[in-house]
Amino acid sequence: MKTVVARAGQEGPLLTVEGLAIAHGAVPITTPLDIVVERGDAIAIVGESGSGKSLMARAIAGLLPPGIVATGAVTLDGIPLMRLAEREFRKIRGSRVSMLMQNPFTMLNPLMRSGDHVDEMLRDRPEFVSRAARAQEVKRRLAEVGIVDEDVARRMPFQLSGGMCQRVALAAALARDPDLLIADEPSTALDATTQAEIIKLLRRVQRERHMSLILITHNLRLAFSTCRRIYVLYAGSMLEVGDAATVERRPFHPYTLGLLRSEPPVDVRMPRLVPIRGSVPRAADVADSCGFADRCDWVTNVCRTGKPSLAARDANRFTACIRQEEIQGELDALRMAAHSFAPITPRREATTGALVRVDALVKTFLGRRSRPICAINGVSLHIMPGESVGLVGESGSGKTTLARCLVGLETPTAGDILIDGIAATDFAAMTKADRGRIRRAIQMIFQDPYSTLNPRHSVGQALGEALGASAGATSPATPERIASLLADVGLPAAYATRRPESLSGGERQRIAIARALAVKPAILVCDEPVSALDVSVQAQVLNLFRRLQAEHALSYLFITHDLAVVRQIAERIYVLYLGEIVEEGPTESVISNPRHPYTRRLVESIPRSLIQRAP
Amino acid sequence: MLGAAPSTGSTAITDRPGGGSSLVVFVMRRLAVTIPLLLMISFGVFALVHIAPGDPASSLLGARASDPATLAVVRARYHLDDPFLVQYGKWLSQVIRGDLGVSIQGNRAVTSTIADRLGVTIILSLMSTTLVLGIGILLGAVAAFRCGTRLDRAIVIFGVFGISSPAFVTGIFLLYVFGVLLHWFPVFGPGEGILDRAWHLTLPAFALATSVMAIVIKITRAAMIEELARDYVTFARARGLSSRRIFFAYVLRNSLIPVVTAAGLIVVGIVAGAIYVEVTFSLPGLGALTIDAIQKRDIPTIQGTTLLFSAFVVLVNLAVDVIYTLVDPRIRFGRVES
Repeated sequence: MKTVVARAGQEGPLLTVEGLAIAHGAVPITTPLDIVVERGDAIAIVGESGSGKSLMARAIAGLLPPGIVATGAVTLDGIPLMRLAEREFRKIRGSRVSMLMQNPFTMLNPLMRSGDHVDEMLRDRPEFVSRAARAQEVKRRLAEVGIVDEDVARRMPFQLSGGMCQRVALAAALARDPDLLIADEPSTALDATTQAEIIKLLRRVQRERHMSLILITHNLRLAFSTCRRIYVLYAGSMLEVGDAATVERRPFHPYTLGLLRSEPPVDVRMPRLVPIRGSVPRAADVADSCGFADRCDWVTNVCRTGKPSLAARDANRFTACIRQEEIQGELDALRMAAHSFAPITPRREATTGALVRVDALVKTFLGRRSRPICAINGVSLHIMPGESVGLVGESGSGKTTLARCLVGLETPTAGDILIDGIAATDFAAMTKADRGRIRRAIQMIFQDPYSTLNPRHSVGQALGEALGASAGATSPATPERIASLLADVGLPAAYATRRPESLSGGERQRIAIARALAVKPAILVCDEPVSALDVSVQAQVLNLFRRLQAEHALSYLFITHDLAVVRQIAERIYVLYLGEIVEEGPTESVISNPRHPYTRRLVESIPRSLIQRAP
Repeated sequence: MLGAAPSTGSTAITDRPGGGSSLVVFVMRRLAVTIPLLLMISFGVFALVHIAPGDPASSLLGARASDPATLAVVRARYHLDDPFLVQYGKWLSQVIRGDLGVSIQGNRAVTSTIADRLGVTIILSLMSTTLVLGIGILLGAVAAFRCGTRLDRAIVIFGVFGISSPAFVTGIFLLYVFGVLLHWFPVFGPGEGILDRAWHLTLPAFALATSVMAIVIKITRAAMIEELARDYVTFARARGLSSRRIFFAYVLRNSLIPVVTAAGLIVVGIVAGAIYVEVTFSLPGLGALTIDAIQKRDIPTIQGTTLLFSAFVVLVNLAVDVIYTLVDPRIRFGRVES
């Protein structure tokens, strides 16, 4: 490509960001941040929700939402971007800097054919004035992102899968050959296997074009496996900067270490995950201290006496931890320890006396023009009392439908469900007493805790209501019982007066779990219960699930697309693919020895860190 | 309408196998529903004669002297001695052949009376529809782009005032200010020739437009604010597309979908409002004719105008449905449930 030569001829880094501070009115969202992106380099900005990573990406591209302002300097190839007028900036976007966003389904214009998104980018170029030349170029561009089916260009975005939309969007973003691509969580909304394909594609394109890449992600493993340099952002401050391999091997900041440790490993079952306590603060609340101070095990007064700035500690490495030098030994020891835990082998082989038994379950929905769509097709499974079973599958595999059938939200078309010895296939056909018993025996935890909590009810009201529905409840729920439920999920009794909107995501999910526990269920059906949570909080909730299982002899049906999560929680797993169970067995052997091609693809799609790949 | 399907520009689906034919099927299905609807309306309109108090023959005679001989002529002419359904059948076949009977006043054919008056109403409705859509969408867009500013609030307030005062009140106000005080526009009459007529109809068209414009302003404004915050608009900006391209191909086009949905309502509102406005401005249009006919109990004329208005409403809705599917391809593939 001719542009490659031009780029190589330039000296200095492609992009420098100096003192970029973002604020919403008077409320700071980030402290001044610095970033350097070399030509042809890939960097990752890693952060949890609320870290300001997406706004940082948008600030670089000059696309901040109204009301949010940025100060500082962003220089691209000598051009001061922040001083450009919108009219000038528009010429930079697309041709020098381009951006890819998170949700593939909302990124394309729903009224425009997918090919036209690439086509419209080419119209201004003299060599593509003719329609035929453009069509030829669109075809070539789509081929670059792996779309060879020419029909795709003519289809509307809603007729394409998420992965396809993301590919089309990538082709559109690259159509004017930018020097820098900012990809904001480009794979998060996709299925595990599609995620891996999109990331692979992104890396290939980046290398082939010798383009610079800023990958914004919450996924450390993904960042390490994709990018050369890592920027760790937390509550609006940069906590650590360094090359991927060294940061992963030897993190210099307690937060980075915490993230690495709380990320559930896929290859071993840890006796207990190591979460970071508490939750992510708002940047404005930690303006005068280390943002991580409240959650840090090494915190001293010095951490709270002012905002520590990034300081160089090593060649190419920066950390914002003032105590790094004195605590590095402990950090290193913990980092090593994280890998030496022995796996726990699951117990149990018996199949008689199952708590839940599902036999040849079929559920079909009527689609357009009454065409039946088979969501689950002949699924059989069983769950023993006190056993934790994982159900793994991608979106559209029927896993949520199965869960809804179990708790009686859907009535199966055929097959049998037996819960606690009671036939629970059709809830409407059961006696009132049986229905009550089943409803109490089986409870459901949903992915988004916020939408399952009534925003007008306080936590106490929500729990009291659930307690009132438990077996033999005669008197209204007492504050003591509510407090003991809260204690069960690790929350103080004072939370009873709070409302859902004042809680963090992890706390909301705890409340949802407490509400399910109120009726003393035998089994919880958990539909992606941790996938909406930040990594550092995910580990807390997973630990809670494990503790509750032991304390209450609970069974779980744990539905997830995340093999690492299921590895930590489930003793046995079922793999659901296109409505059928394609593989089942003890978690250990299914993940380390997948037999079905789909399971194999699923296992391969997990981003491996460099250390695990090359020990 | 069917022929128009394959020529809707580069973005609509046209050459996809099944795309065109599914549109044809869609229009056919809509037409199949429209025909029985029109029949039901015609039946109701016909039944007017018999619902009206008194003997149908004397109703049809109106104010004229009703000696037995005349009554007999009327009974024979309108087949009043046949059974009801036979009468309807005969009347319908006349209507389909373009014969709406004879007006009681002046003894003229209803069709020719309507034809005389149709021009004014059509021009008036077209002018105000253009004004409503043109100015309404423009104001809505301005309000959306300047959301939260004084200009935005002023536009919304203007819309609320417009919809709160009936068209004839706005009409009188406009007449007084621009006709009587400023002498910019004539105060009555339809005018001669195209330019003169447009000049005469400007005030009535504005009066009519103001009363419905609020709907368009509000829908456009809300839709555009929503569109401006969409991911695909941000993504389009991130790719450096020109602001013209983003406005027309992304923001405007997508926010027009709800406007099109409401277009049927708007056009019907305009035509209904035209009745009052024509009277306010003494315009010899269909609305004035209808009011006049009602006051004089001129049943054949009432039947004719009612039938025309109803058929118009039904056809406008059919057209809106077709336009809707052309603008939003998702409808054709049954992907929009909400």
